[in-house]
Amino acid sequence: MTLDLHEPALTASGEPYRVLSDDGTQVLSAPPEVADADLCAMLDEMVKARVASARFFNLQRQGRSGTSAPIDGQEATVVGTVAALDPATDWVLPQYREPVALGRYGPEVLECYALYQRGHPGGGHIPAPIRVFPMQISLAAQIPHAVGLAWALQLKREPGVACVFFGDGASSEGDFYEAANFAGVLRAPVIFLCVNNGWAISTPLRNQTAAGSFAAKAAAFGFPGVRVDGNDALAMYAVAAAARERASAGEGPTLIEAVTFRMGPHTTADDPKRYQPPEDRLPWEARDPIRRLRTHLEIRGLWDDARQAAAEAAAAAAVDAAWERAEAATAAPDAFFDHVYAQPTPRMERQRAELRARLTERGEAAWPS
Amino acid sequence: MAVMTLVEAVNHTLHAEMERDGRVLVFGQDVARNGGVFRATDGLLDRFGAARVVDTPLSEGAIIGTAVGLAAEGLVPVAEIQFLGFSWQAFHQLAGQLARLRYRSDGRFDCPVTVRAPFGGGVRTPELHSEALEAQLVQCPGLKVVLPASAADAKGLLASAIRDPDPVMFLEPLKGYRLIKDDVPEGEHLVPFGQARVVRRGDDVSMIAWSAQVEVARKAAEVLAEEHSVSADVLDLRTLVPLDIEAIVASVERTGRAVVVQEAPLSAGFAAEVVATICEEAFYSLEAPVARVAGYDVPYPVGMLEDRYVPDVDRVVAAALRVCGA
Repeated sequence: MTLDLHEPALTASGEPYRVLSDDGTQVLSAPPEVADADLCAMLDEMVKARVASARFFNLQRQGRSGTSAPIDGQEATVVGTVAALDPATDWVLPQYREPVALGRYGPEVLECYALYQRGHPGGGHIPAPIRVFPMQISLAAQIPHAVGLAWALQLKREPGVACVFFGDGASSEGDFYEAANFAGVLRAPVIFLCVNNGWAISTPLRNQTAAGSFAAKAAAFGFPGVRVDGNDALAMYAVAAAARERASAGEGPTLIEAVTFRMGPHTTADDPKRYQPPEDRLPWEARDPIRRLRTHLEIRGLWDDARQAAAEAAAAAAVDAAWERAEAATAAPDAFFDHVYAQPTPRMERQRAELRARLTERGEAAWPS
Repeated sequence: MAVMTLVEAVNHTLHAEMERDGRVLVFGQDVARNGGVFRATDGLLDRFGAARVVDTPLSEGAIIGTAVGLAAEGLVPVAEIQFLGFSWQAFHQLAGQLARLRYRSDGRFDCPVTVRAPFGGGVRTPELHSEALEAQLVQCPGLKVVLPASAADAKGLLASAIRDPDPVMFLEPLKGYRLIKDDVPEGEHLVPFGQARVVRRGDDVSMIAWSAQVEVARKAAEVLAEEHSVSADVLDLRTLVPLDIEAIVASVERTGRAVVVQEAPLSAGFAAEVVATICEEAFYSLEAPVARVAGYDVPYPVGMLEDRYVPDVDRVVAAALRVCGA
């Protein structure tokens, strides 16, 4: 049985919906029906996301990888949601913090993320048929794309939904309002996943909105808005599954506000000590999403120290493999002419020829391609 | 052949392309029930139904943004922006997203989107209905920029745009919707991109224009021939991206003189690109400095003043006589 998203307890005025207590020792609401193996896969993925995030942070510090946005603290928000999707039919549109947690859609997503971090053009090419869009840098711009994808599925009478991630900051952009309004009118099968992590770089919630919650904004679009504890993977799963069922049944979009906290800096280029009072972060340390699910799974006899060690080892191996591949990847020095158009314009062909001639003259044409 | 106005040719072509390809979808503000404020989409709703001909909420940004998603799922969106001047509210999606979908996905996604929008002055519109923004769009690699100046080309270029795997800005001359009227080939008629049209052959001066200014240049050429014995070559560029450099160079090599006409403000307009191209490719054929006739470097003016802003026959004739040393 899935949740009724119109239930008052789940609406914008209520406290975030939870299944597990902060420390994971108690079950507060009926947990969603998830197979044991799938529960463990969720925790595996959360562990991997955190390991990957830390690794890319260190690689940036070593000057080997570009700027990255650590996911720390938000693993359950992404993994819990994505676990409720069907990779065969459902699109995921990430912003820049989510790609390390999309392993359910295939190892290629992390491999592409590693390429992106290397500054390689293949970083945006998550291969078909994987239904993950290239991560979006221009905040909220991906939201209307999700509505377009969902609209297309609806027109083609194909099953599937589009699930789009964006932050509390991005929710202030016109693209959010315009796209959500569009989706409401079209009854498009979209899940709007607002990751409310408390901070948009240095801008706290109170400077972002005067609304009581982000979920409350759904009322203006004519579809339900739900606040969920974003550090509770099971709650995220339950609500995302219900939103997916609504969308699949032709009942239209849902706005999910995942209430969580950005435990790290905005990116490797940011220092939260400049603006974030330490007491803001403190309560969230006790709500760590990985420890929470782990404790719950240990109580259910599905997890132990050995399983944890195995998860961490597998995560490190996956991240190492993706990074080694990325670090070995080369690109032709004139590759930026590729894929601007299906066929380059005559003018671009001349420009490319000029560049190649110059490189040859300088003895650089031997660069591997 | 059938004589059609430019807007009739657009309408005729939309019918034909939707008939040909079930993936084609027409949407925008007032395009369905009302058939478009200029009737460009008249009759499509009755023929193809509300799933494929869609009145959207009033949101330029989401019209372009959803087109990106529709294209990525294999549909062929033909979006209408009611007036090009309103596309400022979609520019982040046009320049930042639509133009870059193929590029930023490293070739994974085709982006066969056509964005139709009327533009251009001379019809006494309120603010932001007339702006000529083609140069801004040319500065967005990934977009193709197409501007028909005849009804026949409206058909041939629009059919090519809809079948093109890349996003095409299809900019229609607002004043010419009903004033421009010519023979339109029946049946399949495709005009390839990147091939300028010779409107009139001449030997003394090249007049290079696009969209509504092609007709201004053609009339100026008539005046030059009748009153000044100057024979002007009139070239309609048709598409700015891709650009038919060869046609520009061939014309200027023959005439040695050139006037470039655009409706947009002078500074950094596309005419400047044409002049620079002539200087790079045909400098030694030039017998006089190249002239530009353009809008002035001011915001598009109000109705009482606009006739002094939009290039007219007198200004083009004067510029041509100047470069001819007459």
